[in-house]
Amino acid sequence: MIEIRDISKSFGEQHVLKQVSAVFESGKTNLVIGISGSGKTVLMKIMTGLITPDAGKVFFNDRDYYDLSRSEQKLLRREIGMLFQGSALFDSLTVEENVMLPLNMFSNDTQKERLDRVNFCLDRVNLAGANKKYPGELSGGMKKRVGIARAIVLNPRYLFCDEPNSGLDPRTSIVIDDLIIEITKEYNMTTIINTHDMNSVMEIGEKIVFLYKGVKDWEGNKDEILQAKDENLNSFIFASDFLRDARDALKEKKGLL
Amino acid sequence: MNIEFNIFQHLGKFLIMIGRMFSRPERWRMYFKEMFRQMVDIGVGSAFIVLLVSIFIGAVTAVQTAYQLYGTPFVPSSYIGLIVRNTIIFELAPTFTALILAGKVGSNLASELGSMRVTEQIDALEIMGVNTESYLISTRVMAAIITIPILVSVAAYSGIMGGYIATAAGSNYSVEDYVRGIRMYFDPFDVQLMFIKSFAFSFIVSSISCYMGYYVNGGSVEIGRASTKAVVYSCIFILLADYVIAALLL
Repeated sequence: MIEIRDISKSFGEQHVLKQVSAVFESGKTNLVIGISGSGKTVLMKIMTGLITPDAGKVFFNDRDYYDLSRSEQKLLRREIGMLFQGSALFDSLTVEENVMLPLNMFSNDTQKERLDRVNFCLDRVNLAGANKKYPGELSGGMKKRVGIARAIVLNPRYLFCDEPNSGLDPRTSIVIDDLIIEITKEYNMTTIINTHDMNSVMEIGEKIVFLYKGVKDWEGNKDEILQAKDENLNSFIFASDFLRDARDALKEKKGLL
Repeated sequence: MNIEFNIFQHLGKFLIMIGRMFSRPERWRMYFKEMFRQMVDIGVGSAFIVLLVSIFIGAVTAVQTAYQLYGTPFVPSSYIGLIVRNTIIFELAPTFTALILAGKVGSNLASELGSMRVTEQIDALEIMGVNTESYLISTRVMAAIITIPILVSVAAYSGIMGGYIATAAGSNYSVEDYVRGIRMYFDPFDVQLMFIKSFAFSFIVSSISCYMGYYVNGGSVEIGRASTKAVVYSCIFILLADYVIAALLL
């Protein structure tokens, strides 16, 4: 479980986050949604320790990250896996070397055990046999899957995904979403996903936090989101005429209009 | 006031970076692997240009010294070899090599780390729990400190050989005079000074370039700017350090 309490962050005069609090449970896919510039990425970077907040606390199962010493923070980070928006694979390393890097750094396993683990993770993301390819030879979806394999190779307790579907076609997005939800359930991880992909929200949003101008504006799940009365949330979800028409048609069908 | 603030801000950040470079590696084997990769990049990748430039510098120094001393009855022609040797060992080999490497290696280090920063590869390492200052910067600085003095030695040797080739190719003094000159009044301290300079310059080039690349903020334009700044500041600090070392040790 991850809990954030009263997180605030400003960059100069710009207040990016204002007293944001939320609880993200383990074994669930927790989504942070909002328009571009709403503070999602800054919040994720605060949760992963890449940016220090001006105020507030981040608890990883009752351990306050910002109360820990630098070496304790480093140890805690080994329990975190992260999938980056651009995958963040190392260009000079092959797929196998990319996935094996965390193991080479921190694991005391033998070379064979490490290779077996890498192959298991690549197989898990349906990339068996891609070991010797370089990131430059992979498609966007394959890069994301290698990123997921690298994120889970150390059996993390917490998985962060920053815009996992950005730049992907709808079909590949669904594959990535399915993979994330499967892995979350399988390993009972606390998964937090930044997204503004409405398909993901409706498919895997077991817990949804909506940020608007740096403030937590709404909280709920995928079943509640369509009935939400929050004006900002509705203008975010139903930004297109198509979705507005679909909502009205659905309500009409249910006799709500 | 603002400029002063910026200077102290950069100095502070630079010193913090240097401090973090010395934290204990997570896995020595990985650090050595990265360091050897960098040594190959810096050493093998720069050997040809260093060799080529130093041969020509030595040859030109010999020709121009001979021209200056031509017709002087009180200076024996063997002094041409002596002057070429001392000029190369004292100044040209360490300083020229460092300036060449500031352009080649410095820009490469800054743009490599800058690209890693903007594509979030450094963030990825941080989240794994890797001390990135130590893993990415100390390995590069160590690789430079080991490799650049070797390149400087090669430059010194090939510079003196360049002078020999220029003498043999046709000059108004003999090869024997040149060889006698390069053996005259040899003081081992000259070579020590060359190595002191090369260690200092290699630290300057690698640490400044890594600093510029590591703290890039933005996109490809900023990577280009960081790369240019790495070269410019490395050159300025090399020349400054050259003067300070000479003033202190000679």
